[in-house]
Parts: sequence; C-alpha cells; structure tokens
Amino acid sequence: MSKRRCCIAGAVLLLTGLAACGEKPQTADGGVRKSDEKAWHQPLAKDSVAPGWKADDQASWEQQIRQRNQNQNEYARAAAKP
Amino acid sequence: MARMKFVCDSERCIECNGCVTACKAEHDVPWGVNRRRVVTLNDGIPGEKSISVACMHCSDAPCMAVCPVDCFYRTDEGVVLHDKDVCIGCGYCSYACPFGAPQFPTNGQFGLRGKMDKCTFCAGGPEENGSQAEFEKYGRNRLSEGKLPACAEMCSTKALLGGDGDVVADIFRNRVLVRGKGSEVWGWGTAYGKPTQNAPGGAAQPQPKPEGGKS
Repeated sequence: MSKRRCCIAGAVLLLTGLAACGEKPQTADGGVRKSDEKAWHQPLAKDSVAPGWKADDQASWEQQIRQRNQNQNEYARAAAKP
Repeated sequence: MARMKFVCDSERCIECNGCVTACKAEHDVPWGVNRRRVVTLNDGIPGEKSISVACMHCSDAPCMAVCPVDCFYRTDEGVVLHDKDVCIGCGYCSYACPFGAPQFPTNGQFGLRGKMDKCTFCAGGPEENGSQAEFEKYGRNRLSEGKLPACAEMCSTKALLGGDGDVVADIFRNRVLVRGKGSEVWGWGTAYGKPTQNAPGGAAQPQPKPEGGKS
C-alpha cells in the first residue's frame, strides 16, 4: 500500500515538474507589420472606382486627386460655370 | 507627391454631423467607435465654434512614437495607418494623441478592449487595396479608388477640407482673404508644425480660451 502511495506521489511530482518545462515563451513576437500597397494600385476592377484615371499609373492617380481636391474649392467651381 | 492633410474651417462648420455620418456609413464603423466627431468650443456662449475632429495624420505622429509593438506606418502620401494584426490594444496611442483619435471597440465580456481603430484618411490598411479583408478591418479604401475622404467630400458647407496639404491650405487661404476673418485653423499647428509655420491662414493661431469652454 505504501509502495503504491509512493508511486502516485512520485508520478504527481514528476508531472508537476514537467509542467514547468512545458511553459510557452512569453516574448512579444506576435507579428511583424505588413507592408502596404501603393495608393494608385487598384487590383480589383470595381464599379466604385472613380472614372477618369488609369489604375496602377501614379501620374494619372495624382492628377485625379488634384482634380478631386479642386472640387472642394467652390470659388474655382463657381468660376468654371458659364 | 501629395501630402495628405485635413483642415476644418470653423467659420463654416454648422455642426450638422454630416462628416460623422458619412464616415460611419462608408466604413461600417461599429457601435461605440467614432472615427470622426464634431466638437463645439465654448458651447452655449455667443460666438461658439464647431470643428470636425479625427486623426489628423500628424507629420510627427505621437502615436507612432509610443506604440510598443510598432504597428503604425506612414504611407507615401503622409497618411498614418496601422496594422491591426500587430496592434495589442494597449491604449498608449490614445494617451499620446492630442486629438483623441484612437478608438477602442469593446467586445466580449467585462468590457474587454479590442484593437485600436481610427480614421484611415479613407486609405484602408496593409491588406490588398479594395479587398474584403481590408474593408472588414479598416473600412473602404477610397484613396485607391481615386477619391478623397468621404467626410470631406460629403461636407455640405465645405468646412472640412481633406486632401493634398498644399491645395487645401491654398483653398483655405483664399477663403480667409475673401472674407477677411477666420484665419484660425484648429489643430493645424499641433498636427503639422508650429503655429507660426505652415499656417494656411497665414497667421499665428490663437489658443482656445479655457474659461467657460466645453467640448
């Protein structure tokens, strides 16, 4: 009986000891920031894409943004009207 | 290369919250998260002013400086974005931001704080441009569609200007010259430089009066 108790106690001690060995690392290696695509890169042909510029063309995109910027200037818009 | 900036003309803002609504609708922003909001300075006092506030995509962004996991990055257009797969939701950026831009959705039980969410200048995130994954995490990527932020484009009085910093500063400067007042640009100096430098109204910006001010 005492031999059996000793075996159980030994097994418990062994498991407890091994549990400490199985601890996961706690270093902050969660992830590395992904790199982003260029703004003028539009891989998906979508209806929502503004017309008048060519996808993947930086100059065309910048021209589109400049034009879009000027839409916020009502002085320019009022002057452009006949 | 355009350097994207926001300007809010407090002489024109009528506190309609159209920008807030446009942002919420465009990006399917969840309850409890307000990427943009309208703040009234000196509320109830004659001469009160309203301004639309969100992430200003600062030139020297304090959120980027304090982030312990380095999840922020700046695009070629000067837009400050972050990678939600790296963000741990610690909230440091929230304390560092002078505009209160970082938002934390509460999800799950016990008010568990989720990953940070903020205005993206409608430029999405590091996922593929225009993809469903990008939309679900960051909202729509209007910039890659050749458009400017929805809040600015939807503004009925054009109080909120968003786009290339030089162009929006020129638009604002022209307005100030025409009306002869209202050169104060709230937050411009804080976000993009010292008040005496780069001010689109061409004048130093006064600080908001602390007495009786509510925001």
